[in-house]
Amino acid sequence: MTIKELEKKANTIRKDIIEMLLEAKSGHSAGSLGMADVFTALYFGGVVKHDPKKPDWEERDMVVLSNAHICPAWYAVLAHSGYFPIKELKTLRKLGSNLQGHPDRSKVLGIETSGGSLAQGLSIACGMAYSFNKLDKKDNWVWALTSDGEHDEGQMWEAAMFAGKNKLFNITQIMDRNNIQIDGYTEDVMPLEPLREKYEAFGWHVLDVDGHNMEEIIDACNKSKAIFEKPTLIIAHTIPGKGVDFIEWKYSWHGKVPCAEEADKALNCLRTLDGKIKSEHE
Amino acid sequence: MEKLKVNMNNFKNMNLSKDLYNKEKLEKKPTRDGYGHGLVELGKKNPNVVVLGADLTGSTRCDWFRKEFPDRFIQVGIAEQNMICIAVGLALSGKVPFASTYSVFCPGRNWDQVRISVAYNKVNVKFTGAHAGVSVGADGATHQGLEDIAITRCLPNITVLAPCDMIETQKATIAAGEMEGPVYLRFAREATPIFTTDKTPFEIGKAQIFREGKDISIIACGPTVHEALLAADELEKEGISVEVVNNHTIKPMDEKTIIETAKKTGAIVTAEDHQVMGGMGSAVAEVLGKNQPTPIEMIGVQDRFGESGGTDELMEVFGLVAKNIKEAVKKVIKRK
Repeated sequence: MTIKELEKKANTIRKDIIEMLLEAKSGHSAGSLGMADVFTALYFGGVVKHDPKKPDWEERDMVVLSNAHICPAWYAVLAHSGYFPIKELKTLRKLGSNLQGHPDRSKVLGIETSGGSLAQGLSIACGMAYSFNKLDKKDNWVWALTSDGEHDEGQMWEAAMFAGKNKLFNITQIMDRNNIQIDGYTEDVMPLEPLREKYEAFGWHVLDVDGHNMEEIIDACNKSKAIFEKPTLIIAHTIPGKGVDFIEWKYSWHGKVPCAEEADKALNCLRTLDGKIKSEHE
Repeated sequence: MEKLKVNMNNFKNMNLSKDLYNKEKLEKKPTRDGYGHGLVELGKKNPNVVVLGADLTGSTRCDWFRKEFPDRFIQVGIAEQNMICIAVGLALSGKVPFASTYSVFCPGRNWDQVRISVAYNKVNVKFTGAHAGVSVGADGATHQGLEDIAITRCLPNITVLAPCDMIETQKATIAAGEMEGPVYLRFAREATPIFTTDKTPFEIGKAQIFREGKDISIIACGPTVHEALLAADELEKEGISVEVVNNHTIKPMDEKTIIETAKKTGAIVTAEDHQVMGGMGSAVAEVLGKNQPTPIEMIGVQDRFGESGGTDELMEVFGLVAKNIKEAVKKVIKRK
């Protein structure tokens, strides 16, 4: 896909997210919209090695979503990749649905591990990376998606230490640095900065990207695969709710969904954009 | 056919030690040694077996595996939450990981990780709680895991094992490594009598009748099984015929054997080195309350924390020895 096509695809993913959340009547809007570009870049920008026709392919990369509550964005890219029918997206969070409120690996192909309790994903990614790199000497890559807020949890730093100690260069962590969590701005709730210096001190290579710039995201992912002897952290600076003006930047939208009227406004907003996501960081 | 099956469980086929009732004559070794031996044996059989340690490699006996297979031992430091989730990642990549530390830390400290990443995720992770029970001794309450059975058996998908001596622990470790799915294994710190033999059968999910009787049944797990046998032997001399069941698999429990023994004797004493609330005895009561209501007395820690002391002293103070089991038997028989 060209960059232009990727941007249009991300816009479609955002529309799906709004429609899913409207239908589900609960879920997480801000983070899901904010990471739509990263998810699109990973799955449609040639970053993640995967084959929806062979979900058990031994050569595949592993994708772990540690901040599992933003799974609507993941479900949408998986459906558009062909793991399951797009129409199934509307069953999100409903009784009997494969699309649980937080992902269940036994129900959705393409999801490697179930999640929902923060900070467990990075450790799981470490186990996968250790298995591939140290035990099997294979070159499968592990993509660990995390959030800034979950770095309040001590386990994140336990995992960061372990990856640094073992030089797990086959992990790329992409942190959704959107500066919000449920109770407010991350730096008010529990200051996280300086994140770059902290991770560097733990033995990681750190890259900063505009999380809404396809070219930058893809470029950083490719760069991370060229870093040896160190795991890489890509800090993706994102805008929570990106693409829907009345959701953007508002932590009150972390765990809230649009009502019918708001969803109409949001979809209209996204239609007008037609893929022209403009980043505040430009 | 039904009859034959019951006979298969008969103590005569259990091949227990000939010195079963001679505590002084029996060799004593801790159950955790069986874990160490089991891991080495598994490591030889299956190259996918890996062991994780959290700075307690010696006392969990993982150093024996580390010595044999240094490339398959992973040191995570004092980080039990990280350890269990790394084990999950290894399992999802085709390995058979054993995450090893004390029961107070795993599944104690990392219970949320066990719940979500291990149990809900239904991954092939084995995790062990060494130093379970007040028998840990001098380290005191903080290090005496008394709740591990309760907090693992309430989780769907998990198999919970509490083997009775070193030899059985070795068999349980190997069986855990050879089955698919999450397994919790519970061990004790102290050296306890080895009263089963290499020929004693072991199968996950199959309780064993170690002694036949007709007046009352003692259902026990872990090293307490031997105390139950000693109590039974003494009670026989007083004219009370006691059946002893080794209930090593707390989940999934062998309901058939439990119901049959209750039907046969009509009175039950459960015995374990664990809180009575939520423990193995509670699990037995759940089965019998529904299927075969029977009077039950429960030997275990009675809603209090442990404390420092010598193992033998503590076992007496907390009422976990043969003498206490005998008293419970006499009490429950009156309720028949």
